[in-house]
Formats: sequence, structure tokens, C-alpha cells
Amino acid sequence: MIVFEDISKIYTRKGIQSKALENINLHVNTGDIFGVIGFSGAGKSTLIRLINYLEQPTSGKVYIEGTDLGTYGKKELRSVRKQIGMIFQHFNLLESKTIFQNVAIPLILEKKGKDEIKQRVAELLKFVGLSEKAESYPKELSGGQKQRIGIARALATNPSILLCDEATSALDPKTTDSILELLKRINREYNITILMVTHEMSIIQKVCNRVAVMENGRIIEQGDVLEVFGNPQHDSTKSFVRMILSDQLPEGVRQQTEADLGSYACVIPFDQQKTNVLINELIKKFNISVNLLFASMNEIQGQTIGYVTLKLSGDQESVDQAAVYVKNHIGDVQEVHAG
Amino acid sequence: MMETTVTMQQFNQAIIDTFYMIGVSLLIGSLIGIPVGILLVVTRPGGILENRIIFKVLNPIVNMIRSLPFIILLVAIVPFTRLIVHTSIGTTAAIVPLVVYIAPFIARLVENSILEVNDGIIEAAKSMGATPLQTIWHFLLPESLGSLVLSLTTALINLLSATAMAGVVGGGGIGDLAINYGYQRFDSFIMLVTVIVLIILVQLMQTIGNRLASKARHQR
Repeated sequence: MIVFEDISKIYTRKGIQSKALENINLHVNTGDIFGVIGFSGAGKSTLIRLINYLEQPTSGKVYIEGTDLGTYGKKELRSVRKQIGMIFQHFNLLESKTIFQNVAIPLILEKKGKDEIKQRVAELLKFVGLSEKAESYPKELSGGQKQRIGIARALATNPSILLCDEATSALDPKTTDSILELLKRINREYNITILMVTHEMSIIQKVCNRVAVMENGRIIEQGDVLEVFGNPQHDSTKSFVRMILSDQLPEGVRQQTEADLGSYACVIPFDQQKTNVLINELIKKFNISVNLLFASMNEIQGQTIGYVTLKLSGDQESVDQAAVYVKNHIGDVQEVHAG
Repeated sequence: MMETTVTMQQFNQAIIDTFYMIGVSLLIGSLIGIPVGILLVVTRPGGILENRIIFKVLNPIVNMIRSLPFIILLVAIVPFTRLIVHTSIGTTAAIVPLVVYIAPFIARLVENSILEVNDGIIEAAKSMGATPLQTIWHFLLPESLGSLVLSLTTALINLLSATAMAGVVGGGGIGDLAINYGYQRFDSFIMLVTVIVLIILVQLMQTIGNRLASKARHQR
């Protein structure tokens, strides 16, 4: 378990202080795939580096399995780092060494025997599916292959935590998906806790079970991915959700709706059970017709979330009553105004 | 035109002297310059072994020696040369100023070569729990090897040109031959020969340096 307790990080350069992180409290449970999402400059890179203490907090504490990292000396910190693997946006492989040597490096640092290194590296290369590249050099590999090697290297010492710093940001969407699949497999098969920072919502959507949203050095929302993105509170969070899910009507549909006076249109969050019930009730209770104008849906954690746009039409009085009914039963109603 | 007062034996001796001077100076200069270059990288602010005192002492010393032209250095440190090799004239005596001249030069080149290594590599090393020494040995040096080889090639060529001035302290070598015979005694033949030899030597050194550097970088 990783716990951040009241973390602040202040950089001082030429007497000018800038706050990189402010009052960060965070719990990452063992076995989580925890995502930290934020736009650039939000402080996510600093945050992830606190876990292996590449960055030290100005105030507050970082606990790994119950121990405050601040109490460790340099030597102890080095041995903690061996239990925490890290992969990077630009891979950071040694260009001068073969793939075999790159993966072997953490073991060489631990002064393991030659045979043991050979066996372990072969095992790791097989796991990431690049056994045949052992004698190649990094520059002969594609971006996705380089990241696989980065992952193999990070896993060499059997860490219990894997940190991913924008690990797929330099990769194309297809390669990103294959890397994400690999990360999921690592999480599942080795029960390694994964913490990833990213600015891409689709990554959180595809692999994470928990998420923290960052803005200006603060965590503005955190919790289960479904909870946070199913019901976003802050503007920043909403804009991330919009990357995978639009809650806005396309212009064409909007114009059509506006031309259509005498009816009521609104956007409501989609809910697998409730939305159907609501539509049935509207039709039965108010004797009006309900049309589905537009819907935007996606899947998070096996659950469908999204927004649907309903148009209620019929005689004016019933439509008005139905509109009130909708507003009373659904928390988050966005009206589409006519004219 | 083809007539010369220089014997073949003199010429051979000059070549041997040159190689002796640049070889020994490069070796000792590297033994001093490479560690100093590494220290300049790791002790600088933000370095992996940040140390204000060492950096603030080494950095100006390197600059100070580097600001002296070789010919000035050569004569200025005669007392020091005498202290080290108990003589101030001859080929061996020329090696002392050559080392003093080239070591800071190598240090600066090595520093620049290692600074070229991507910060991400250092961060990766830290994240693996590498000690500072392991970071230098397993990460910084291998990653900058190609560039280091080129740096040493540049140092070697610089040494070759510096040895031409070693004649001032009776250091001998092909440069000395060109000045003493080619210039002072109007021996145009030996002048031409030394120029050609020097050009060939520099070409050879640079070509070999480039090859070794490519090999270190695994370029085909």
C-alpha cells in the first residue's frame, strides 16, 4: 500500500518559490492499477517520483507498506527503489548496450551471478515477447518494442510496485493498446501494484480501477474510476470525460431541436437501469412521445456510461409536467433550449 | 630540391620522439583528465554527487590552465618541470608541460561528452537504486563512450600540434625538425616532408578515432 500524507512540494529557484504539489493525500491499495490524470504542469510527474523518492516532499510523508520513506538513509532508499520498477515516456534504454544487457542491468547492479542473470533475462524477454531481440540494440527496435524492453528491465528485480510515467504517450494508439494489455497482465499475473500518470483519458478508461485527477498541484477528485468519471464534479474532470464521452450536442442535432418548438429536449446521464424506467414512465404517466435525439456512450470498468438526449413532445401541458418530473428524478439535467 | 642535411636516422628519431611525447602525454593526461572530467560532471549543482567545494575548486583551475597558450605554459612551468623530472630540457622534459596542457583540455572534453548523456538515463539509474559509482560505470561512461573516443582523438591531434613547440626546450620530434632544419636552415625538402607527415598523421588519427567512435556507438 502506498500512502501520501499531506504532501507539499515547493521548488525554490533564484529565490522564487513555486508550488508543484499542495496538500496531496492519496491511498493506493496493493493490486490497484491507479491512474493519475492531469494536463501538463499539473504536477503528476513530481507526484509519481515521490513514490521512489526521486523527488522528496517539502512537507508531508510518503509511506510504502507502512514505512515513512523520509526515515530511510541513502542506502536503504536504494534497496527500496529496487522493489519499485519504473518505466518512462522516452524509455531511457542504454543505446550503447544490447537488449540483453539493458534488461540485465538491474541484476548486474545487484551483483547477481552470470547464470542467474542469463536465466532471468531470458524469462523476462519471453514474457514481453521479444526473446529474438536479445542481441539487438535499442535503435533497431520500434517504440512499442522499446517500451516492452523498458518493462522487462523494470520487472527484473521482481518489484511489488511499477511506476509508469506517461509510458504510452510516445506510442501510436494500436501500440498503446498492446502495452496496456501487457501492463494488465503484469498486474494480474504478478499482483504488482501499478501507478500510472497520463494526460490521456482513454488509458485510464482502459486499464485503471482507481483514479486521481490533478490540477495545479492539487488532487481535485479521486476514487473508483467509474465513480469519478461517471459523475465528474470539477471542470477539469469533465473535460477529461469529454475526451471519451461527449455531453454536448453536435451542432446539427442542436439546430434541429431548436427549430422544433413546442417540445422539450434535455441531456441526461445514461444509467443502465434507470434510463429505461424513466422513459417508460414518461410515456405512461404523461401520455407523450419520447424520442432519442442523440447518445454518446462508452465503457469504463465493464459498465456503460454516457449521455442521452431526449425529446419530449405532445400537448404543451403534459410536456411541461413531464419536464418537471425529469428534473425531479435526475440530478444532472442539461436543458436544450429552443429558439 | 631533393637535397637535405637531415639523415634518415635523424628523421626516424624525430618520428619516435613525437610518438613518445604524444603517447605518454595522452596516457598520463587521460589518467588525470578523465577522472577530473567525471568529477566536473558529478559534483556540479544538480549532479549525482553534488559537491560545491570540489566543483568550485576544480572548475576554475581547469579554466586557468586552459587559458594559457602552450608556448607560454611550456616556459612558465620550467621550475615545476625540473622538480618532477629533474631536468628542463629534452624529450622527457617536454612531456611535463604537455601533460599539464592536455589534462585540463581532456577534462573539459570528457565533461562535455558525459553531459551529452540524456538526463533520463541518470533518472533510470537512480530508479534502479544504482550507487553513484555504478551510475558512472554502468550508465554514464558506456553511453558517452563514442563521444569520449572522439574527444580523446581531438586531444591527441592537439598534442601533436603542441609537440611542434617542444623544440623550445629541446624536446625533438618532427615539429622541431621542421623549425630547426626546414625553417632555420632553409631546407625546403625536409619542410615539405614534415608537412606531409603531419597531414598524414592527423588524417590517420581522425580516421581511426571516427571508426572506434562508430564502433562504440554500434553504427554500421
